[in-house]
Amino acid sequence: MKVAILKYNAGNTQSVIYALKRIGIEPLLTNTPEEIRSADKVIFPGVGEASTTMEHLRETGLDKIIPTLKQPVIGICLGLQLMCRHSEENDTAGLGIFDVEVRKFQLEEGFKIPHMGWNTLQVTDNPLLKGLPSDPHAYFVHSYYAEISPFTIGESNYINRFSAALHRDNFYAVQFHPEKSAETGATILKNFIEL
Amino acid sequence: MLKKRIIPCLDVHNGRTVKGVNFVNLRDAGDPVELGALYAKSGADELVYLDITATHEGRKTFKHLVDRIAEHIDIPFTVGGGISDVPSVNELLQAGADKVGVNSAAVRNPQLVDDLALAFGSQCIVVAIDARLTENGWKVYTHGGRNETEKELFSWAKEMENRGAGEILFTSMDHDGTKNGFAIEALSKMSKELTIPIIASGGAGNTEHFTEVFSKTDVSAALAASIFHFKEIEIPQLKEDLKKHNIPVR
Repeated sequence: MKVAILKYNAGNTQSVIYALKRIGIEPLLTNTPEEIRSADKVIFPGVGEASTTMEHLRETGLDKIIPTLKQPVIGICLGLQLMCRHSEENDTAGLGIFDVEVRKFQLEEGFKIPHMGWNTLQVTDNPLLKGLPSDPHAYFVHSYYAEISPFTIGESNYINRFSAALHRDNFYAVQFHPEKSAETGATILKNFIEL
Repeated sequence: MLKKRIIPCLDVHNGRTVKGVNFVNLRDAGDPVELGALYAKSGADELVYLDITATHEGRKTFKHLVDRIAEHIDIPFTVGGGISDVPSVNELLQAGADKVGVNSAAVRNPQLVDDLALAFGSQCIVVAIDARLTENGWKVYTHGGRNETEKELFSWAKEMENRGAGEILFTSMDHDGTKNGFAIEALSKMSKELTIPIIASGGAGNTEHFTEVFSKTDVSAALAASIFHFKEIEIPQLKEDLKKHNIPVR
């Protein structure tokens, strides 16, 4: 099993590598097109600001490669947001894999931004999200969210409902951090590896 | 629904967990990675590791420790203690820390918080504030509570939010180590005035204190150290108690 983690300026790469090692996978951190294309699975991590991160993807040519991949691909956190059509964060055009708009949470009384901490997941019957406990929780840190759409396979609620997980063809994405979500996160990573 | 977080704090000195009672009298409370893994398993929502080593050698030990923590712990963790510039934050994040805490350095150079937020994003910047109620109101202290500053707690917290802090970890020095409960009034005021999450710290002695801080204030998380290390409160029991009082916890 060859698992490639996209190498660019993403902050949480080390945590993702360790999370995979904990489930017995030795991932390859790479930005080489041949290595990415020949991998069995591709992970697109992301932490940071949308427009500068898109810039890094363009510099490395990853913006052209990701949408053409045929094997299972999963975006994490900002990875999910950049796989969408457009983000309100500095008016950033995304990769357009999911025809979904990414919006900023609007502050309401009694809420804090960012949405930070453990929140409940409502999941649909999807292989990525199978075998979770009855009331699954995942760890989120974000100020922008993908709207609910036909691609939504898992949702969560903070100020409003939003997409916690998306799926289209071979593309998957999660807004939360599976690498930091204890057993629930490990199960989701295992499910992805077994797709 | 977003849950309230319970955060054990581990003070680390030369690679071992210790806890200062009222910032002095250190007692050994075990291996930081083992202890952290134990907390993660028992339902801790996040961990804070505070490096209280002052020596250069100790700092190197801590960086190595951060890497080991990231390898073994599957919940988010914050590291702090003596962090004063962008390159050292970068090193700690690269080693696998999810967030970094800054305290005295932010008082000395508030621009640091802007720089860190710009470089790494607000989500990983925790500003820790130690304060005490004086004759002139709540004053901010630095250097582990040794130095009083001119800064007033609430305006300082707001300034930190404006400069890009992602969270505030507020420790009331008057309450820390007393086990008489959190600084409810100050925490209530701060959590109303700020739009970023507040972590309550200092004073937890029993499970009722956690119920009180979550029901009377808008804090997002509560932190404690020795009561967890010395098993005066077990996290699964604490969470059961909080659930009984309708506090949303994982």
